Parts: sequence; structure tokens; C-alpha cells
Amino acid sequence: MEYTGEHLLPGRLGHFFVLLSFVASLVATISYFKSANANIREEAASWKRLGRIGFILDGFSVFAVFSILLYIVATHKFEYLYAWNHSSRSLNFNYLLSCIWEGQEGSFLLWTIWHVVLGGILLKTAGQWEAPVMTVISFIQMCLATMIMGIYVFGSKIGSNPFLLVREFYQDAPIFSRPDYLSLGQMQDGQGLNQLLQNYWMVIHPPVLFLGFASVIVPFAYAIAGLWKKNYNGWTKAAVPWALFSTCILGTGILMGAAWAYESLTFGGYWAWDPVENASLVPWLVMVAGMHTLVIYNATGHSLRPTYLFFILSFVFILYSTYLTRSGDLQDTSVHAFTSLGMNWQLRIFVLAISVPSLVLFFKRFKAIPSIAKEESTYSREFWMFIGSLVFFLSALFIIIATSLPVINKIFHTSLAMGEDVEFAYNRIEVFVAILIGILTAVSQYLKYRNTTKQYFLKKIAVPTGISVVICLLIGLFGNINYDKYGPGFLAAIHVALFAAIYTVVSNAFYVWAGLNNKFKAAGASIAHVGFGLMLAGILISSSKKEVLSYNTTGINLRFDPQSKEKSQENITLIKSIRTDMGKYHATYLNSDSTDRNGTMMYFRINFRKKDSAEEFTLFPNLIRNTKGQEGFSNNPDSKHYWNKDIFSYISYADNMDKESDTIQFKSYPVDINDTIYYSNGYIILNKVVANPFNERYQFTAADTALMADITLVTKEGREYKALPVFYVKDNQPRYILDTVFAQNVAIGFSRVLNNKKIELQVKESNKLVPFVALKVYEFPFINVLWLGSFVMITGFVMSILRRVKLNRAMKSAV
Amino acid sequence: MKKTHIIILVCIALSIAVLISFMGDLSTYETIASAKQKSGKNVTIIAKLDNSKPIKYDPRTNPNFTSFHILDTLGNKAQVVYHYEKPYDIEKAERIVLKGKMRGDVFEITSKDGILIKCPSKYKDDPKAAHNNLSQN
Repeated sequence: MEYTGEHLLPGRLGHFFVLLSFVASLVATISYFKSANANIREEAASWKRLGRIGFILDGFSVFAVFSILLYIVATHKFEYLYAWNHSSRSLNFNYLLSCIWEGQEGSFLLWTIWHVVLGGILLKTAGQWEAPVMTVISFIQMCLATMIMGIYVFGSKIGSNPFLLVREFYQDAPIFSRPDYLSLGQMQDGQGLNQLLQNYWMVIHPPVLFLGFASVIVPFAYAIAGLWKKNYNGWTKAAVPWALFSTCILGTGILMGAAWAYESLTFGGYWAWDPVENASLVPWLVMVAGMHTLVIYNATGHSLRPTYLFFILSFVFILYSTYLTRSGDLQDTSVHAFTSLGMNWQLRIFVLAISVPSLVLFFKRFKAIPSIAKEESTYSREFWMFIGSLVFFLSALFIIIATSLPVINKIFHTSLAMGEDVEFAYNRIEVFVAILIGILTAVSQYLKYRNTTKQYFLKKIAVPTGISVVICLLIGLFGNINYDKYGPGFLAAIHVALFAAIYTVVSNAFYVWAGLNNKFKAAGASIAHVGFGLMLAGILISSSKKEVLSYNTTGINLRFDPQSKEKSQENITLIKSIRTDMGKYHATYLNSDSTDRNGTMMYFRINFRKKDSAEEFTLFPNLIRNTKGQEGFSNNPDSKHYWNKDIFSYISYADNMDKESDTIQFKSYPVDINDTIYYSNGYIILNKVVANPFNERYQFTAADTALMADITLVTKEGREYKALPVFYVKDNQPRYILDTVFAQNVAIGFSRVLNNKKIELQVKESNKLVPFVALKVYEFPFINVLWLGSFVMITGFVMSILRRVKLNRAMKSAV
Repeated sequence: MKKTHIIILVCIALSIAVLISFMGDLSTYETIASAKQKSGKNVTIIAKLDNSKPIKYDPRTNPNFTSFHILDTLGNKAQVVYHYEKPYDIEKAERIVLKGKMRGDVFEITSKDGILIKCPSKYKDDPKAAHNNLSQN
């Protein structure tokens, strides 16, 4: 059939470039491999030239694929599944990029693009290492290209093509029996971007995280090249800035994800030990370990073997994480893993095809990797740095094992699951990791490489230790950290960990100030450590002192839940315009509004007034209507930021979320002036009827036909409320304006004029009339310490990277 | 023995200890029937929402109490009590992962993260909904 209106050229072109990138990276892999193994120089050079051409062609193709995909999404070519599934016309232009990485194909594409960029830098800088290193990278590029190929080989699907048409994906849908299907309503707009991803962090977090993911390949490729060419230590200097870069960017990417989670998700924090989060944390932890052992090796000649292992494993974990998050195996343990694209075997083969040979190569060459037989001294920096790396590594292993339970269940046919309190299962182990790492980071700087005299060390460490102890005692005495949910043992561990974090900050800051004699340029590592310590402190304080503010303190006993007394009652119900007692605050739900032109966002204006001061602020937690044809809403929190705390709130429930209609019917009453109608809490009296009322609510003129009933409600307690329903005629049609007395749950309408001067009133009593929200409010103290720490750590990394690059250049030009 | 060896041994011992204590805290996936036999123990159940019974959540009276009924693949049913707000998309859930304890005939969840809703819509598209959309003419 000839379909009308389709634009098939971009898709064909895009798919051609996908295939070209596969072929080009295959050529690059083979040529670089030949070049690396060639014995004759000319031969090596000519293969290398071919390899470069292949890699550059691959790079060009990948950028072309990305641009075409972006073009399709940006110009709303909804005949393509990618545009139809991930975008819509109403989408803000800024979020177009987010559409690309909402799908698995786009995120694979992002990953390969970063490989191209990093590979491009290596072409310039790697020198004699170019051929073996680029062999590894080109091979991985080839594997990744297969992920978006979308072709069938012997009946099995390889990869998922991002340029698939909607009609190719849903082949049997009836609308595709029409050649003009594109003109139908459901093809005029896309399904939209997931509402939770419509956040500025989601524009920036995925590219940074994937740059981090991609950068792990460089130390890995150097390590493999070293093992392969049996040149075990020729690459260790060149790899330092890369290892630093990788740690820095992957860390930044993870933190940006945490910031997004904090801002737009509602699990009440920035980290939930969700398997998807763990999947990016684990390679980072191993990379941190590898980076430190690499530095040890360059300074002392120790720890080269673990460096190899860590660099290989951190890439293996990247691949394994890719499998975990994309295979659908985490469906029952994670809130945000991708569902399966039906290419799990391809992913498994990808992971195994790279990790098994790499590890086999490592163990085969293990004995040949140079290592110093003599032990490190206990008073040496390298010894304690190595212990620290080991702790990082073991902690990574623990996290990945716990995260892999679904995979373990699959392999061994077990049925293990995390307990009810998933976060604590991790926290109680990781708090000890924090203690060990914190103390090691604080102390190790004051030890010199190889050996340090005891007196020197004790003299230097005394002052920072003293200061930290004093700060910690002050916090212990006045900080009110009494998080006893998990008993005194855990509380003690938190206090010790807090000491370790502060110790890290103080002693590294001291080291920058006193130890380095103004060699500020060399202070990158110490500054990164200060930042790391601040982050630890911020995490410990904000999570152990996190407070639920929305406890119901009205004193009204809640019905229906006999156990609710002992259980947490984290939500508070706020009836519109009624000031409600909420612990330290009075909270009032003022009104709600959908400001967005599509009505996709509902804002709730909540006023908070502190009881013991005049302090007052308003928060606008909101609900975003779900996209992709789904009913319902997702909530989007709002926070008030103070320098020392955040007040964080979100809507747990709002009455206008429910489409469920009010089933109670109006009852009609014929009434005369001064007649009364009884309702459950008093009576209603009709005072008078006003023609064409003109007051602050209604502005009718003599030209209109309008009647207003002036009504008073008198409650049993004698309180009076006014109600002014209106009946009017417009375009020869009778119309009504209801009036609702929220305080009494009564709605009154004026439905018609009867004979003998009577009118008909409609009265309804229903508790559904009152707008309300169920609100949750948290206080996060000192969360800014975490963000400040992140910023300081990244700054430290950047300083270190710049310095190492400079040193390497100086070394090169000296040779 | 070298210092490094001692440290490695200590690390191995610690890791084993951590793993054992971690394993001890793990729960298991159960069906409703087997969870009833393990009354009072922490278990994980994967089930569907039982649509024949209403979801009880009345935030006007108590915003911290949700109750609904589940149905597992073997056809067993149970009531669930959750001491937090009603999870947003529970009505549309294809499957629900619940972590908690069975007390009598009631499955009680005390942790806020004790419910994981698997909606086809979350983070990924619902192929069925999309297909339905395309099927209307």
C-alpha cells in the first residue's frame, strides 16, 4: 500500500548511518588491531591510518544518527515511533533532548557519542598507545552500534532501530489499513514525554551521567592495552587524568540524578538505594579505588595489580549495570528501570563477551605484572590509601550483590527479596564504610609516601584531630542528633561517622592551608577530599535529622485505623481556607490553580506560618497530569530553601484529582420569601429575591434577565452564613450559578421560578464539596552542606585534572 | 605472615560476616497462602489488585490509612493495610510488589517503601494503551 504524507527519507538516512557506524567501527577495530600487532613500522602506520579513518567515519555516522533523530522529534514527524512515543506538540522546546534519552535507543546513542568525543581526544594525545587503546574502544563502539541496528539475522532481532515507524511497530492496528492514516486524530500528536522527566535536571543529568559512563572506558582500554602489549607500566602516567576525569564526571552525573530525585520525586530524599541508582554508584566506587591505587603505583611502585583489576572491573560493572537497568530484570525491585526491549540475550552476550576475555587476560598476565615484594610500611601513605581503596571496592561488591538479587534468583531459582526496610539494609553497612573512609581520608595526607617518622606524623595530625574532636563534641552536645529509630547502636555509628566526616574536612582543609606551603595548585586532591567530607557530613545530618513536619497535631482522633496511634501519620489533611495546626507551623491551603495552558499542571498554594515567630512563607507543590494517555497525576514537590535547611512538601492527595463524581443528588424545594428548609446542621431561610443584582459578585444590568436568591443559613450553634445563588436567562436558555457554603458542606441552586411567587431551590449536602489536600511536609536540615560539598569536590577534581595534564605535557616535552 | 595477607583475611572475614547478616535480613517472595503460614514474618508478595473490592482511602478522615484487596496468581485473596497515602497509580497497577507482614488475614505494610507499583506507564510506555489508541477509528 502507498501511504500518503509520510516522510521516509530521514528514517532511511538515519538507519543507513546506524549501519555505517557499525561497519566503520568494525573496520576501525580490525585496522587498529592489525596496527597494534604489526612488527614493521610502516605496516603499523598504514593500518593505523585506516583505523583512524574508520573511527572518524564512525564518529560522523553517530552524530548524523543523533541529528536525524533530533530532527524527527523536533519537527513532530509522528509517523516515526520515536517521535510518537516520546514527544508531543505541546512539549516545551527545552525538553526535546529529554525525549531522545527517554528511550533506550537514544541513551545508547548518547553513550556512543561520548565515546566518539573521548576517542577523538585520544587520537590526539595517546601517541604510541593509540592503536591498542583505540582497538578496545572501537570494538565497544561496534557492540553498541548493534544495539540500535534493528535488523534480523536468522530470525533473531539484533538491536532496536530508533527509526522504526509506528505502523511497523503496531503492524496489526486497524488504522494502518488506510493509506491516509496520518491524517487521523491519534497520529496528529505524540504520546508525550513522561511528566516526571519534564524537569531541567533531566535535560542535563543524562548527558553528564553518560559522559561518566563513557569515560570509564579509557582507563579500562589503557589497562587492557597494557596487558595485551605486555607493556605493564607505560600507560600509568597518561591514565591519571583520565581516571580523575572519569571519577569526577561519573560522580557529578550521579549527584545530578540525586538532585533531580530530590526536586521532583517524592520518596523524600535524594537517594533511595534504588537498583538503578546503585547501578551507577558501583562502577564509580570501583573507579575511585582504581584511581587511588594508580596514584600509589605512580608514586611508589606498589599496587599495580589491584589497579588493573579495579579498572577492568569498573568497566565490567558499567556493562553489568547496563544489563541490569535495561533487561527488565529489575522490574520488581526498582521504580525506574527500563522495561525489556526483548534483547536480553544480546545484552548478556555483550556483557560476557567483554568481561570474560578481559578477566581471563588479567589472570593470565597476573604474575607478569610488576609488583614489589617488600611490604609497605605501616607509616606510609600508600599502605593506608590501599586499605581505603579496598574498603571502597568491598563496599561496591556488597552493593552490587544486594542489587543483583533478582539476577541471583533467576540463575539459582531462589526467591530472595530485600526486607521491608530496603534503605536500612544498605545504610547500616554503609555507615561503617563512611567511618573507615572518613578516617582514612583524614589521616593519610599526613603520611608521606614510603615512610614517615612517628613524631612527624603525630605532630602534624594533632591539631586537626583536636579541632575535629571539639567540633564533634559540640555537635554531640548541642546538635540534637538523636535518631533512635534503629536503636542506640546505629545512633552511635552515625555519631562516629559524623566525626569521621568532620575529621576529613578539617584535616584536609588544614593540609591545604598549612601543609602545602601555598602550593595551591597542588591542592586539588585535598580540596576534593574536603568536598567529599562535607558531602558525607551533609548526608549524615540531613538524613538522620530529617523530620516529618506534617504530623497531625490537631488532637482530633482519626477514625478507621485503630493502629494509627503507633504508626506514623505523615500526612495531614488541610481543608481549603481553614488554618490547621501542624507542629511548629500553622498550615493553610489557600487555593489551587492550573496555570499551564493545557491544564497539565495543578498548583496548590499552601501558606505556612511559624507559631513562635512572624515567619511566613508559601509553597506551591503541584500535580502534573500523566502523559502517554494515562489518567491521573504525578506529584511534583516544592521546597522552601533556607541556608541551613529545606522545608520540602508535596501533595499526597487532592480532592480534584479524583474524577469519581459526587453521587449525592440535589433535592428541590418550592419556597416563598421567609420560608425555611431544614438541613442536617440547621436551617436555610430565603430572605428575598433580587432582580438583576449588581454587587461585588455579580454584575448584571437592566438588559439582563437575572434573579438572585438572598439566603441565610443558620446553624444549630446560631452561626449565620450567606448564600447567593442566581438564576438567569441567556440566549433563551435558563442558567444557574450555584453557591456553596463550604463550612457547612451545603450547595444551593436557584433552579426556576414557580407560580404564586414561589421559587424552586436545589439543596445538596455532601462532604465532597469541600476542597482539601492531604499534604506531606519534611524538613531536611543542612542539606546545603551536601550540595556545597559536591561543588567543592568537583572543583578539587578539576584542579587535579588540570595539574596532571600539565605535568604529563611537561614530561612529554622533556622526553 | 605478611601484613597484607592478614588484612586480606580480615577483609574476607568481615565480608562474610556482612553477607551472612545481610542474608539473615532478606525476606522471600511468597504467595498469599504461604505468607499466611509465615504469619508475622517479613515477606514479599507479588500480586494484582482485586478489583472486585473497593480501595479504601478517605483522606478527609484519615490521610494515613489505605486499604485494598489483592489477588495472587493462585487465586488467593487478602486484604492489605498500608499506613500511608494511597499510592498514585494503584488503580492501574498491573502488578504490585508488597513488603510486609501477614497478621491473620490482613497483610500489613508499615514501611512507606513497602509498596512498589508496576504500572505499564511508569517510565515506559504502555504498549497496550498505545495499541488501543491506534485501534480506534
